[in-house]
Parts: sequence; C-alpha cells; structure tokens
Amino acid sequence: MIHAEKLIYEYDKRDEEGNVIGAERAVDGVDINIPPGSFVAVLGHNGSGKSTLAKHMNAILVPTGGTMWVDGKDTKDPAKLWDIRQTAGMVFQNPDNQIIGTVVEEDVGFGPENLGVPTDEIWKRVEESLKAVGMLERRKDSPNKLSGGQKQRVAIAGVLAMEPKCIVLDEPTAMLDPNGRKEVIGAVEELRKKKNVTVILITHYMEEVIDADQVFVMDSGHIVMHGTPREIFSRVDDLKRYRMDVPQVTMLAEELRSRGLDLPGGILRRDELVEALCRLR
Amino acid sequence: MIRDITIGQYYPAESRIHRLDPRVKIVCTLLFLVSLFIQNSLLGYVIATVYLGTVIRLSKVPLKYIVKGLKPIVILLLFTVAMNLFLTRSGEILVHFWIFTITEGGLRTSVFMAIRLMYLVAGSSIMTFTTSPNGLTDGMEKLLHPLNRLNVPVHEVAMMMSIALRFIPILLEETDKIMKAQQARGADFESGNIIQRAKAMVPILVPLFVSAFRRANDLAMAMESRCYHGGEGRTKMKPLRYKGRDRIAYIVTWLYIVVIFVAGRFVPFKLWIF
Repeated sequence: MIHAEKLIYEYDKRDEEGNVIGAERAVDGVDINIPPGSFVAVLGHNGSGKSTLAKHMNAILVPTGGTMWVDGKDTKDPAKLWDIRQTAGMVFQNPDNQIIGTVVEEDVGFGPENLGVPTDEIWKRVEESLKAVGMLERRKDSPNKLSGGQKQRVAIAGVLAMEPKCIVLDEPTAMLDPNGRKEVIGAVEELRKKKNVTVILITHYMEEVIDADQVFVMDSGHIVMHGTPREIFSRVDDLKRYRMDVPQVTMLAEELRSRGLDLPGGILRRDELVEALCRLR
Repeated sequence: MIRDITIGQYYPAESRIHRLDPRVKIVCTLLFLVSLFIQNSLLGYVIATVYLGTVIRLSKVPLKYIVKGLKPIVILLLFTVAMNLFLTRSGEILVHFWIFTITEGGLRTSVFMAIRLMYLVAGSSIMTFTTSPNGLTDGMEKLLHPLNRLNVPVHEVAMMMSIALRFIPILLEETDKIMKAQQARGADFESGNIIQRAKAMVPILVPLFVSAFRRANDLAMAMESRCYHGGEGRTKMKPLRYKGRDRIAYIVTWLYIVVIFVAGRFVPFKLWIF
C-alpha cells in the first residue's frame, strides 16, 4: 500500500536574515513497507521526523531523495497528485484548523465536492461516513459547538467520505483530553474492523499502538526500531533511550522482572499482567 | 464583551422567507433598495411599507430584532434629519425661532430621508436574518458567476468569505484568551487615554496575527490534502436550484417595483405637505 525506499527529506536551515546556512535532514534514509489492510503505528518524540514522514504519504511533501510509492504511484509525479491524495486521506493534529465547513455535514462533503462526485452520491457518502464515526446526530450543528474529540471524529468522517484506501492520522490525539483521545482511538478501531482500510497512526502515546500490526519507532529522522508491539515493548531500555514513555503496566512488569520475578517480556495490558502474576504462585 | 459582536447575524427559523433560494433574497433585496430611490412620494412609501411589512411578517423574525438592527445608524439618522430639516429652504415657513427655520420642503425631505434610511437598513438586515452565511456566499458565487469570464476569481472569493465566517468565532475566542493571558501578567486595557489604550492592544494583536497565520497555513494544508484545487471540476453538495416559490417571489417583487414606480410618480396623492 505504502512503500518507501531510502526516503530523504531535507529542508534549508536559515539564520535570522533568512540566508541558507545549511540543510537539515528531517527524514533520513527511511525504508518502510505497509501492506494493505494493516494497522501500522509510527512512534517518536517531538522532532523525530514522524510527522514529516506522514506528510510524504499524502504528497504534501515530496522527497528530496529516495522514492515514496502510494498504492503503486510515485508521489513525485504531479499528474498523479490528486489520485494519491484521494487514496491516502490525512487527519491532522489540530481539530480546529482542518474543519472547513460551517456545518458538520458540509465539512464532510468538502472532500467529495472537490473530487467532483455527483450531488446524490455526496449525500450518501456523508451520511455513511458520519454514521461510521458515530456523529450522525450532530450533522446539522456548527463545528464550533463540538468538543475536540468530536471535531476529530468529524475530520475522520471528512476523510472517509473520499473513500480512501488508507488513512494517515498525524497525531490526531495530541491536543485532546483523555476522554477525547479514547473517543478518537475508538472510532479508528471501528473503522479498521468495518471498512478494512489501511490505518497509519502517528503518535507519541504508546497506549494507542497496542493493537497495531507493526510499530515503527523513529528518532532523528531514522527508523530505529521495527516490530510487533510486543517485540517493541519488551525492549524498555531502548525505548527510554529514544525518549519514549513506556505504558505504566509494561513499566511495572519490567521493574518486577528486574527484581527477579519470573514474568514474560512485553506485557501490554493490565489483565495480561494480572494473569502473569497469578500464574507465578 | 467581545462576544457581543456578531457579523452577518442569522435568525434561524422555519419560514417561507428562510426557505427561499439565497439568490432570490439577494436580488429582491437589491430591487427593494432601488425601489426606495426611484420615487419620493407618500404613496410610494406606503407601498414600500406594505411590502417590507409583509416580508417581515412572513419571515417570522420578531420586529424587535429588526428595530435593534437600526441602533447603529441612530446617530447618522439624527444627523441627516437635522441637516435636512434646518438647511432645506423651500415652500412656506412653518416655524421660525432664533437662527432656525423649518420650511415645508425641509420637513418633507427630512421625514422621507429618515424613512428611506431605516428601510434601507431594515431591508438588508431581513436578508441576513433569514439567510445563513453559507447560503449568502453560495448565492453570491452563483450570481457573480458571469464575472468569471472577466477573470474575476468568483469561486475563490466566495470560498474566502465562507472560511472567514467559519473562523470568526475561533479567532474571537483566541482574542479573549490572549487578553486574559496578558491581563494575568499585569496588562491594562481599560485605563488611560485613547493612545495609551491603542498601545495596549499591541500585545494582543501580535500573538493573534501570528496564530492566525499559523492557522491559515494548517488549513491550507488540510484543504490540499482533501484534494481542493479551486472551483474547476467541483460539484456541490447543496446546489442552488430555483423552485416554484422562488419564481413567485421574483414575480411579486417585480410587480412591487412596477407598482411603486407608477404609483409613486403618476398617482397624485397628497396629505397636507407630504
């Protein structure tokens, strides 16, 4: 679905007068391969290049070096630009800055309108997408009246209405409170089950990636760790080195293990830990 | 206090006027405004009053709302009335004291001018009261579409208008937040003369502008990622289509124009000096 080879993205570093004083590599030699229908998470602390990588998947940024293919289409090809953007929809961090319409349903219709979808079809898609994220009963409301989590769900519906094969979520929960975060992750979860779209979740909350098929950890433009969540979370020391917060349960299990308790590595959920502890006796 | 500002106020209700196509409302409002200027007689104003009154009744917008909308023009109104009343010299002198003289012509012009001004504002506010901001921009876009041939970017302008409307409440909220943040650090917006107060606004405006640009940047990216590429090849979720009631509204308004023009000019109807 998404395939990158030796992806490099450089931007000019400027001094205060705007003169170029060098180049900074935000993404440096990334190879990534995401099969269709999978749920992939990209983790990294601030400035690790994960958002830059996400923007390549939607052809908002074009690589300086290497190649990015989205559904077999090279993002460097301007003729395929709109095709790519329809294939890989994107949800951004700030819920206020990505809602264009003054009414919820009009915002969801914005994408299909741009694609030139006929009016009747737009209405059908809007209804379906709003239903999929559980926002159908708010369709006539102004986005300003919604909570952060609800706004993000509307934004997801807006992407869904374009019928993409893949959704890239660029830190969709970073500006939300814990409740909103749960709401959004729940909506994403539903989608994956019902619509069979590829989901790429960029985040720095580790709790959100537990169900992922693959996890990539990024640090200063490189992919430094790659594997299933269980493999990743069993390497607590490495994660700490890349300044990632390990989930509390995993942390506790790790501490207990280092004190000599016989626990398996990579415990992700509370009930798993409970079970493992009970088995100890 | 800052929340009291409402632009393009919309009074949501279910009425025949609300349901009309925005284009009809824009055109009919313009026609109504024109009708106030093509005649200047008592009968003409009676007809205009009947028309405006009927529209207000049908729109279900309380009269109180419309009167409130006249508030901002009170000073202008008083000024025009006073000017016309005392400076127009024609016809018989009605009152004369000290340096003030009121003539028949002066009284007539000032009363008509006052009515004309109030109807101008009331007529256009009934349009904004009954049309959602989005409806207005859509209507404008469709009406001005022919200008596209003259290379006027009609769609883009309409898009900018609707985005601006969407962001007004967000930016107001942000202004409120910045003000509070600066006040918490000892900024004083309320005391001092005008120049001092204007200077105190700088620490509000700078962060506001910075954040507005940041938002604009984010929004542009979000729009691009949702395949926005201008008006070309774009379809509409809510396309504007004329229906039977829109045709009736057009016919009624045109009839009104003809009647007011003919009656106001050619039917002799006088009460005292008016």
